Amino acid sequence: MGAAVFWGCSAIAFGPAAALVLLTVAAEPLRVIVLVAGAFFWLLSLLAASLLWFVWAQLSGREDAALLPLGAAAAVLLQELCRFACFKVLKKADEGLATLSEDGQSPISVRQMAYVSGLSFGIISGVFSISNILADSAGPGTVGIHGDSPYYFITSAFLTMALVLLHTFWGIIFFDACERRRAGGLGLVVGSHLLTSGLTFLNPWYEASLGPIFILTLCTGLWAFGTAGGSFHNVLKCLSCKQEPEGQVMLYSALQVPPEE
Amino acid sequence: MTELSAHLPQFQHGQLTENFPDTHLSNTNDNSERRRHDNSERRRNDNAQSETNGQPQNNIQQVVEQDEEEDEELTLKYGAKHVIMLFVPVTLCMVVVVATIKSVSFYTRKDGQLIYTPFTEETETVGQRALNSILNAAIMISVIIVMTILLVVLYKYRCYKVIHGWLIISSLLLLFFFSFIYLGEVFKTYNVAMDYITVALMIWNFGVVGMICIHWKGPLRLQQAYLIMISALMALVFIKYLPEWTAWLILAVISVYDLIAVLCPKGPLRMLVETAQERNETLFPALIYSSTMIWLVNMAEEDPEAQRKSKNSSYDKQAPASRTQNEDAEADDGGFNQEWQQQRDNRIGPMESTPESRAAVQALPSNSQTSEDPEERGVKLGLGDFIFYSVLVGKASATASGDWNTTLACFVAILIGLCLTLLLLAIFKKALPALPISITFGLVFYFATDNLVQPFMDQLAFHQFYI
Repeated sequence: MGAAVFWGCSAIAFGPAAALVLLTVAAEPLRVIVLVAGAFFWLLSLLAASLLWFVWAQLSGREDAALLPLGAAAAVLLQELCRFACFKVLKKADEGLATLSEDGQSPISVRQMAYVSGLSFGIISGVFSISNILADSAGPGTVGIHGDSPYYFITSAFLTMALVLLHTFWGIIFFDACERRRAGGLGLVVGSHLLTSGLTFLNPWYEASLGPIFILTLCTGLWAFGTAGGSFHNVLKCLSCKQEPEGQVMLYSALQVPPEE
Repeated sequence: MTELSAHLPQFQHGQLTENFPDTHLSNTNDNSERRRHDNSERRRNDNAQSETNGQPQNNIQQVVEQDEEEDEELTLKYGAKHVIMLFVPVTLCMVVVVATIKSVSFYTRKDGQLIYTPFTEETETVGQRALNSILNAAIMISVIIVMTILLVVLYKYRCYKVIHGWLIISSLLLLFFFSFIYLGEVFKTYNVAMDYITVALMIWNFGVVGMICIHWKGPLRLQQAYLIMISALMALVFIKYLPEWTAWLILAVISVYDLIAVLCPKGPLRMLVETAQERNETLFPALIYSSTMIWLVNMAEEDPEAQRKSKNSSYDKQAPASRTQNEDAEADDGGFNQEWQQQRDNRIGPMESTPESRAAVQALPSNSQTSEDPEERGVKLGLGDFIFYSVLVGKASATASGDWNTTLACFVAILIGLCLTLLLLAIFKKALPALPISITFGLVFYFATDNLVQPFMDQLAFHQFYI
């Protein structure tokens, strides 16, 4: 406990997210707006899920942990529903931006919006999961004094990091599946989200929960990379730093079509 | 208001938009009122959350090719940028308030109530408490309405000296007295030993520079920083002295009042804006947060006709200079007046605007609008908006059981509300109230998160389940 644990766990949980935001989102106003909008949608889903859980708990008359798996499953499904709603709204906004722009092209592509909205879901989800825990970790105390695991903070931090990355990847895959109307992609995203949430129910058996979740993160990451158009070939080309005049891989932000005078 | 023009050239931006009847200035008088009346008179004038889109549309109309699409595209393109230009100060203000609330216990300690909220909330029954808070909110809102109407009346009858004096006294109290108390409490919290001489020097410097920046001229960033700081100080005072239920009720009622006052034809704030438009004047610029500044020269003309001409001509002259400046500085602000004048002198020679030169420039074909740099156009937000947003988030962080979750939910809600308001601004292109949408979202999220989400997340975190 103390500042070391606080800063360490914050860095673990939000390091990748902070790097991604600072490097890819912070410079572009539209992406920042999409980030905040995504967070808003996730909050709506959480509100709905909490309401459902609250009503269930009142109706069934008990507050114990037996209702939590149901509540968590509902939360997952509602999150994916809100991700779909986010997709619809962003698509509409994209069309609006495209019609209003000079050259008929929207300043932000659906893929970028998929990435940013996934990232925003991840960040807000991670923040809501861990912020109170981090606030407590800065203070005095002994972890696991009543027999719980003493690795609570660090495993929470790693789980949060995995969740942030997973949400980013799910965002990319989900939007792509919605664009191409492939139910398979949607199903797999929902399924892997449910699986991730389910695996966390195995805590504090961390080997069974953290390990598979990280493997899942890696696989989803590779899948999202492929969905976004990446390939082994691209990575090699990027790493070899070859100067391609009009290379296949170009950053969207660098691709500026000069307005016709 | 020539003296005002002379002293506040940075707000000529407001005057610039007067050429175009579409844009309205943000009414921040009320905000200022509120701000001004710190302890002595808590007139909660309504925050004129009318924002102005000091923006492209009008300029675009003068553009040779007047495409509707280009019009709206530019709106939206600059819309995103301006949303961020408002996100940053609103976020900073909220961060300052939340950081203070979390660390300095003075602002969460109950040390009595203001005279505007005389009824206590420490009652036996819930019903009595509800009644007391309703009465408190009613009194506060009436005070605000009375003050707003007083301000409109003063403005209509051109009692500028009275208003100006009022504003100066308020900002004096805020910059010196409140910041002194704040500094004292921060020192107490961190147990810092400090002598009176150092404190006197610090407060003196802080206050004087603040007065100069806000009421006269100063670097844009410094002025923005001061406006954020005084908004935060004001919000902290509200958080401390308003009891809980009263605070939430006041927030709700103020949003409704704001909506009415700005949008209804006979609303005081709308009348204020329209009067200012008619007279081609700025509205108490010290009380509006402006994201950019446009510096115009020779604004201190008595003759309104000449004033308009000088505006147009300096606007034309300024266009190339501002373009250069922007290319150099790649910033949105207009920079220092002297620097701008130097640049102008360097570029087009030391010319002063005389009626002859103005007439000559007016006679030139106006082709400079295309070179008018869109970066110069900014959007304004009333300080009252800053204050009430920060009050909401600060109260959420002070009293919520969900703690950080509730604070963050309110923060996101307010930002989304601001975004939607700016979108509406881009569509309707007139002064709009900035409070209703944000405060509604904020209140909904506060109560929902505190009562529904927090137990759920708490249970999940207890078992280390993730959703």
